[in-house]
Amino acid sequence: MALKEDIIHSFMAFEAGLNGQANSPVHKIRSAAFDRFEALGFPTQKNEDWKYSSLLPITKRDFSFTPNKDVALEYPDVKKYLVHEIDSYRLVFLDGVFSSWLSKIPNSNFHIGCLCDGLEKNTKTIQKYFSKIAKDPKDSLVAMNTSFAVEGALVEIPDNVTVDKPIQLVYFSSKREKDFLVQPRNLIVVGKNAEVQLIERHQSLSPESTTFTNSVTEIYADQDARVSLYKIQNDIPTSSLVDTTVVEQESRSNVSIGTFSLGGQFTRNNLTFTFKGEYAEANLSGISLLNDRQHVDHHTIVDHAVPNCQSNELYKGIFDEKSHGVFNGAVIVQKDAQKTNAFQQNDNVLLTDTASIDSKPQLEIYADDVKCSHGCTIGQLDQDALFYLKSRGIADREAKAMLLYAFKHDVMETVKIEALYKRLNKIIAQKLNVDIDFEL
Amino acid sequence: MLKIDQLKASIEGKEILKGINLEVNAGEVHAIMGPNGSGKSTLSNIIAGRDEYDVTGGSILFNKEDLMELEPEERAHLGVFLSFQYPIEIPGVSVTNFIKTSINETRKAKGLDPMPAKEMLKMMREKMELLEMDRKFLNRSLNEGFSGGEKKRNEIFQMAMLEPKLAILDETDSGLDIDALRIVANGVNKLKSEDNAVIVITHYQRLLDHIIPDVVHVMLDGRIVKTGDKTLAYELEEKGYDWIKQELAETV
Repeated sequence: MALKEDIIHSFMAFEAGLNGQANSPVHKIRSAAFDRFEALGFPTQKNEDWKYSSLLPITKRDFSFTPNKDVALEYPDVKKYLVHEIDSYRLVFLDGVFSSWLSKIPNSNFHIGCLCDGLEKNTKTIQKYFSKIAKDPKDSLVAMNTSFAVEGALVEIPDNVTVDKPIQLVYFSSKREKDFLVQPRNLIVVGKNAEVQLIERHQSLSPESTTFTNSVTEIYADQDARVSLYKIQNDIPTSSLVDTTVVEQESRSNVSIGTFSLGGQFTRNNLTFTFKGEYAEANLSGISLLNDRQHVDHHTIVDHAVPNCQSNELYKGIFDEKSHGVFNGAVIVQKDAQKTNAFQQNDNVLLTDTASIDSKPQLEIYADDVKCSHGCTIGQLDQDALFYLKSRGIADREAKAMLLYAFKHDVMETVKIEALYKRLNKIIAQKLNVDIDFEL
Repeated sequence: MLKIDQLKASIEGKEILKGINLEVNAGEVHAIMGPNGSGKSTLSNIIAGRDEYDVTGGSILFNKEDLMELEPEERAHLGVFLSFQYPIEIPGVSVTNFIKTSINETRKAKGLDPMPAKEMLKMMREKMELLEMDRKFLNRSLNEGFSGGEKKRNEIFQMAMLEPKLAILDETDSGLDIDALRIVANGVNKLKSEDNAVIVITHYQRLLDHIIPDVVHVMLDGRIVKTGDKTLAYELEEKGYDWIKQELAETV
């Protein structure tokens, strides 16, 4: 595997460039992670968790790891990728490197900035949370990310602070000839009774070369914290993304993650939630709308480790042409986690005979007083409904688009930022190739 | 306006229509009556363009255009409207959005610009008043959780908005109580003109008390076996279909 060798060399070079920092506590974490990555290598399809998703087309490529130093982006170049209709804060990264020029950071009672600053100072937050949440010892992609962790978003919201505007986390990779690998690392710590909304997007500006993003985000929600994270995945067809988000929730916290997978060639989303305190709630939702040979794999784990928590999971997929979807959702209810409420649903529409979905809902329940349900549907468009719309003068493509719009509607309702809701609807209408406004 | 000649159709090899002849002119109201399974709904679905039937013979001309060559939406653009016996529930699409798309798609097909929102809302208000409908209706998901009567009223509301040339009301009276029946019939009558035509498909005579037909047809086993004026409907109400069957048997 060419990529693994390249990464080993790259790590050695990275380490050599650290000078005095090489013995820092942070680097010890990186170094240990690197050992894990080296031992594990990239997952193959023999690994049950990667049975339906092959990294091989990516790992056989020859990637550059270095940012493009000559590129300078201006706000007008990137504006269209931002939800710019509303006022927001933003952290922008270019080729993995923090861009203070394109970012918009408030002078306020909370802190957002580059993870690099926190790592360098080895702040209390870093000591407490960095690599402590995403710690699966068998996940080689997390290990690879941790090995190189320098840049990414650091979001720290102190107790009782409600952030007044959404924070956008946007990662651009510049136009280049050579394939590029980038590994953002984010840490989001939300204090007691604090609240924040985040929008995340990875965007390649290089249609002629492959961009592979291996992103890891750790989220800690303290007691009564409220966190919403929306992932806009609408990258160009030369991009691939492995996006791992690991969440720990304390008592009565509420964390919602919406994943909107509309673009990109290969996307793997790993979402892991662990309840550490009681009466917490997790909401996982997603829409996949794929065509061509796109591939999206949603892997979710909700670990009900303590009693009285609630999780809701709703993923909808629409697959056209030769696209392929995977849904693997595990809900684990530990022995002591009585009074757990866990709901999981995955619904899919296949628009062609060549599109496919592998759906695997899993429930592991070790407690006896719980309410859990899971379900999965795979179907085609309702022909009766289609005829109904067409008989009212609505042409085939528009009628199908309306039905698909209706199909995913309940997931869209989870989007609480209006400008984002409109933006997503617009992207979806474009993708369905219709010029109809779904709202009046 | 509508000319059906020797129309034969089957589904999964079973012949349902066995040679239908029907001519409807502008300004006319036709009623088609007949027992369950006689092929009334099949006929209306085929006119509207449902493709799950195999049309094995005959033709349907609408203002001299061959309907069989056209998609359902193209037939709608020409002015064919079917009020569904069982309107489909579509959660997530509001009534307003549905009608707006329907009207503007039809306008697009005719090379017209979209109807200005203000004009459309005004038209919606007028037509809702005509059918004594609550304004809240507009924001609800299409037919979702509607009562039987609300669904039928919504069908006639769509008809009022689209102003078709030929409206086929497929058992619009089923699921309506007496008041709703009166309101719906009143709506249909107000929409009636010298330029359009209505085909009322029904089991019962009661709707025909309100929407007075010019011609009544009786359909039995895939054929139109008897045609008369409105008194035929009363006769059927009184005597059922058996006497027609008997008459038929005698002529054979």
